[in-house]
Amino acid sequence: MTGGDATTGGVRPGATTPHQPTGAAVPGPPAGAAESVAELDDLRVWFPARGGPPVRAVDGVSLTVRRGETLGLVGESGSGKSTTGLALLRLVDPTGGTIRVAGEDVTGWSRRRLRALRRRVAMVFQDPQASLDPRLTVGASIAEPLIVHGLVDSAPARRRRVAELLDLVGLRAELAGRHPHELSGGQRQRVGIARALAGEPDLIVLDEPIASLDLSVQAQIMNLLRRLQRELTLTYLFIAHDLAAVEHMSDRVAVMYLGRIVETGTPAQLYREPAHPYTAALLSAIPVADPAVERHRRRIILGGDVPSPADPPSGCRFRTRCPQARPDCAEQDPVPVEVGPGHLAACRYVGEAVPAMRADPPVPRPAEPGPHPAGT
Amino acid sequence: MTREVLAIEELTVTLGTRRGAARAVAGVDWSVAAGQTFALVGESGSGKSMSVLAATGLAPRTARVTGRVRLLGEELTAVSPQRRRRLRGRHVGFVFQDPMTSLNPVLTVGRQVAEGCEEHLGMTRRQARDRAVELLDLVGIPSPAQRVDAYPHQFSGGMRQRAVIAMALACEPDLLIADEPTTALDVTTQAQIVELVADLQRRLGTAVVWITHDLGVVAGVADTVAVMYGGRIVEQGPVDAVFAAPGHPYTRALLAARPDPAHAGGDLPAIDGSPPNPLDLPAGCAFWPRCPVRGDARCADELPPLTEVAPGHRVRTFYPAREAR
Repeated sequence: MTGGDATTGGVRPGATTPHQPTGAAVPGPPAGAAESVAELDDLRVWFPARGGPPVRAVDGVSLTVRRGETLGLVGESGSGKSTTGLALLRLVDPTGGTIRVAGEDVTGWSRRRLRALRRRVAMVFQDPQASLDPRLTVGASIAEPLIVHGLVDSAPARRRRVAELLDLVGLRAELAGRHPHELSGGQRQRVGIARALAGEPDLIVLDEPIASLDLSVQAQIMNLLRRLQRELTLTYLFIAHDLAAVEHMSDRVAVMYLGRIVETGTPAQLYREPAHPYTAALLSAIPVADPAVERHRRRIILGGDVPSPADPPSGCRFRTRCPQARPDCAEQDPVPVEVGPGHLAACRYVGEAVPAMRADPPVPRPAEPGPHPAGT
Repeated sequence: MTREVLAIEELTVTLGTRRGAARAVAGVDWSVAAGQTFALVGESGSGKSMSVLAATGLAPRTARVTGRVRLLGEELTAVSPQRRRRLRGRHVGFVFQDPMTSLNPVLTVGRQVAEGCEEHLGMTRRQARDRAVELLDLVGIPSPAQRVDAYPHQFSGGMRQRAVIAMALACEPDLLIADEPTTALDVTTQAQIVELVADLQRRLGTAVVWITHDLGVVAGVADTVAVMYGGRIVEQGPVDAVFAAPGHPYTRALLAARPDPAHAGGDLPAIDGSPPNPLDLPAGCAFWPRCPVRGDARCADELPPLTEVAPGHRVRTFYPAREAR
């Protein structure tokens, strides 16, 4: 894993976007540092809802993905992490803000130009069973982006390239003739990765790439992704709810809650010294595979459910579940505060809240009444 | 001496499929006592869910089930299907991964919780409704007196799972079977549900069988754990012993393959290959083709017996690890 300094060095003090009340922005790279592959600035993606206010899936997210890094995006269902990933390919239409890929503002690109965008940004989905066409052979699926983007014209050359891509992801070339149902879950996800590599993208959005795989296969896929990144200098946006996997895979991590980024930093910063109460609660909820640790563990149990993104709480969005919420948390959107080099947290009581949570015995707050949608 | 609630002996389940007979479960023995939690861990197709479904008479019709199952001392395999159904309804509560498979979308939540109380406890409709409000309160659903008339779609995922737990507890069962009850939930909700089940178990003395693939959850909930692979138990014992000194190469590999902050940076010690196909299981140890220890021809041809390596800790391998993890 890249050391903390290499990924956070040179951050401008207090570097946040001009759109302050939008959660902890991931600071952009300063001049001379790693080039940015993708930037989101105050991105908002609202979905219209029948007979009600729009669902604010993403509501003011700013982040930068730098070339060669893995940026982990964690959050629970309904946090907007997947929608953020889809917006980078313009698979959902932004309601506001800008999306820049490889220096170009792609926010308003026409359908025709989007084809070029989708060569630069590729995506690997959670369920390879669902994302691969069951009627196409593995080879045809992998060749599709080569044809669409006009990369390899002759059929024999395409076959060679498909074989090469299969080899890259650790599959035998004979598998090109098989159909997805003939493969195991791990093999199918390897095909999904080969397909994403076909267009030699600048950025690969990995949306829960290991979540539907068996435990023994998850480690294989994580190792493969990291090897490919080293060998091909790939850039990843790794979206997952599995915090241990995100920690293992990422150079930097952004934590989302209800459409906003609440905390950003290196895995070491976030996991050792979480500064936002939500990050602290999330970390304390992960079970550890050690019965002795589990028995003596003091867990921060959050009360209730995530509020509806169609009607988010005023001020800090986490305040309705935060064990340390105070009356003025309802008044203003918390501004991201730098708590360490490149480590930002959007909490008014940063520095006080998390130590207080850890000192207090965990008292679950009563849940808020009212129907909640089940999330995305 | 603790009271045995469910005991399974020599349970074997064979499923007839179009491509032949699949041996889903092969000779499984375990038991769970009142107030105890028994965890079954394994990957997809390991037989962990099927063994419990078959034991409680819920296996698919195409399944051939052999072996003995005792529920509260009564031999389930010897009684009529009606009696079995009655015993199951009265003494066993079920919580499955997806709460919507247990909830009827067109009935109110309260109606569904009350149903068991009327059916098995002989309550009137009125009494059962009051009991449903109590149960919804017990599982931490806010304003239960109003929520009792809500429909499942008006609940969030975590609240639905709480409602299913309320349904499962309606008859104050002696046994709660939780099949991946938190897998579809977020980690903060998972923590709530784990806490809820532990609390109810302390108060009601319920025996719990918790089926999961998450070793972290096992470490938190279980008293005893059995690891399944290819339809058989490969390791079984007190949770501390199994996690501190796993004896089977599969258990060790599974624990090692989890990302661990203490060993960040390098590659994860992954297990090669995929879990075995129940239609095509090897003659010997099912893990042998993927085993990092590798052993010898004996592993390929001969089934290793479950051997006790420490009191109550049994391992099915010719090459048990002796040292701690």
